[in-house]
Amino acid sequence: MATLQTDFTLPLRSFALELALDVSRTVALVGPSGAGKTSVLRAIAGLVEPSRGRVVLDGERWLDTERRVSLPPERRRVGLVFQDYALFPHLSVRGNVAFGSRGRPVDELLERFRIRHLAATQPAELSGGERQRVALARALAREPAVLLLDEPLAALDAHTKSEVRHELAELLRELALPTLLVTHDYEDAAALADEVGVLVEGRLRQLGPPAELVARPRDAFVASFTGANLLRGKARRGEGALTAIRLESGEDLYSADEAEGDVGVVVYPWEVSVARAHAPDSDSALNVVRGEVGSLVEVANRVRVRVGPVTAEVTAASAERLALAEGGVAYATFKATGTRLVPL
Amino acid sequence: MFAAAAIALGFLLLPIVAIFARVSPGKLVAQLSHPVVTDALVLSLKTSAIAQALVVLVGTPAAYVLATRRFPGRSLAVVLVELPLVLPPAVAGIGLIAAFGRLGLLGATLDAFGVRLGLTQAAVVIAVAYVSSPFYVRQAVAAFEAVDPNLVAASRTLGAGPARTFFRVVLPLARRGLAAGEALSFARGLGEFGATIMFAGSLQGATQTLPLAIYAAFDVQPDGFTTALAMSALLVVVSGALLVALRITLQWQPSKPTSRFLFAPSR
Repeated sequence: MATLQTDFTLPLRSFALELALDVSRTVALVGPSGAGKTSVLRAIAGLVEPSRGRVVLDGERWLDTERRVSLPPERRRVGLVFQDYALFPHLSVRGNVAFGSRGRPVDELLERFRIRHLAATQPAELSGGERQRVALARALAREPAVLLLDEPLAALDAHTKSEVRHELAELLRELALPTLLVTHDYEDAAALADEVGVLVEGRLRQLGPPAELVARPRDAFVASFTGANLLRGKARRGEGALTAIRLESGEDLYSADEAEGDVGVVVYPWEVSVARAHAPDSDSALNVVRGEVGSLVEVANRVRVRVGPVTAEVTAASAERLALAEGGVAYATFKATGTRLVPL
Repeated sequence: MFAAAAIALGFLLLPIVAIFARVSPGKLVAQLSHPVVTDALVLSLKTSAIAQALVVLVGTPAAYVLATRRFPGRSLAVVLVELPLVLPPAVAGIGLIAAFGRLGLLGATLDAFGVRLGLTQAAVVIAVAYVSSPFYVRQAVAAFEAVDPNLVAASRTLGAGPARTFFRVVLPLARRGLAAGEALSFARGLGEFGATIMFAGSLQGATQTLPLAIYAAFDVQPDGFTTALAMSALLVVVSGALLVALRITLQWQPSKPTSRFLFAPSR
């Protein structure tokens, strides 16, 4: 499989984007808006010029500032799918898809993306999901060696999104192209990519398989971005092998991780149990946070419950059995081994 | 409010209505055979066509650069391009003489190449192009600025170079704006009077365009006012017809390229 090697510096308005990244399968860059995610794609596609660095695809030099090489976008074999899809409004669906196909027939692509019946339609008349399929087909008609996707799911409504996410994951597997996608949504990244990089203010904070980011977040930002609870406190050596963390609220938490000083206690919602009452003698979980039930949000067959400062994820059945209601008191409990400590 | 609108509309339309009220259609057609009129009409159409071709050919790329490139002095350039808009025609005429006239800045250079502009159609073309081009260029800049830069970027990543991108994406998307600008420029050019009469003179068959012929007829001939009225009516009809034709041609959408695939064998 081909590998796209990138290593460049791109000055942006308020910071410089510095990235060194090899892409051979699907890599997702996640980060808050303004982190420079789109600029990464534009730099690889040749739409903006880094001040320093290289972009090389298997020996094909697209950019090498030392050798003064910088191919124009049309000579870099990229398929870039824009966030708003950037379909040509004056061309039909077929006209859009055929734009970069250099005369090759596109019927097969139209068929594959289930847009053949829309061939004569103008982009303005398409739904969000259809636009996305047209944009993908158009990018692939150019026969790219690298696929770049800018927020591929952001323009879709929640209902369409889960379906399209599934389809897209399947498509990326089939294509087996080096793919770099950027998104602000960690769940999308984890669902689509083999490796996820967290980009903050132009720097890569952590890069790894989604499971690793969750298991070992390197810092507080990565932890909270991947969906974890982050509780701030001061760590000191506790009893046995455990570290005790005194929270700002005065409560003590325990973690199997070692740390000292200001730390963030990281715990994922699915590690947290919720109870209406707490019996310390009959619970192996050392950590207990008592709080008011803040909000109940249903996500698929689960319910996200906010208990004081902690978000827990329980099954819809459990939520019903506990008769949780906003404003009531509940206990969030989790094991010391279910926590990670990150420096603040 | 409605009264004010009615007054404004009446004020704007009355002179045009008056022209046609004084000239019967028969008289209008009869005037077409008069050599002064035919000469002026032919000259007007010919010089306008050449001037507008030049305006579009040079103005389009210039406007595209102004709209899409960021360079030092860009805003100054945009202002300078629009300068002839606010220049009184007489000042434009004097300026053209001072620049291209026999004793002007470039006069000696042009002379060396054997070019004498005085009393020629080329002088008319220059005067018309000078006063009318800003109308096209400023509108074209706005039209190009309105094209989503992401569409241009998409075209490039799809393998189209700058030229192909310009003709297949930018131009079709900016076309309506360009048509509107060209219509204005054309209308202004066809009615051009002040700069032309100063720079090119008013010689029947050589530099006398319709507006100049109207003025000459009105001024000189014993039955001049009627002839001037007839020519005015003619000018209104011609420019109106050309404007409509131009709008239709430039705004015409090519039939969808998909149609030719309709009967292609399926794969």
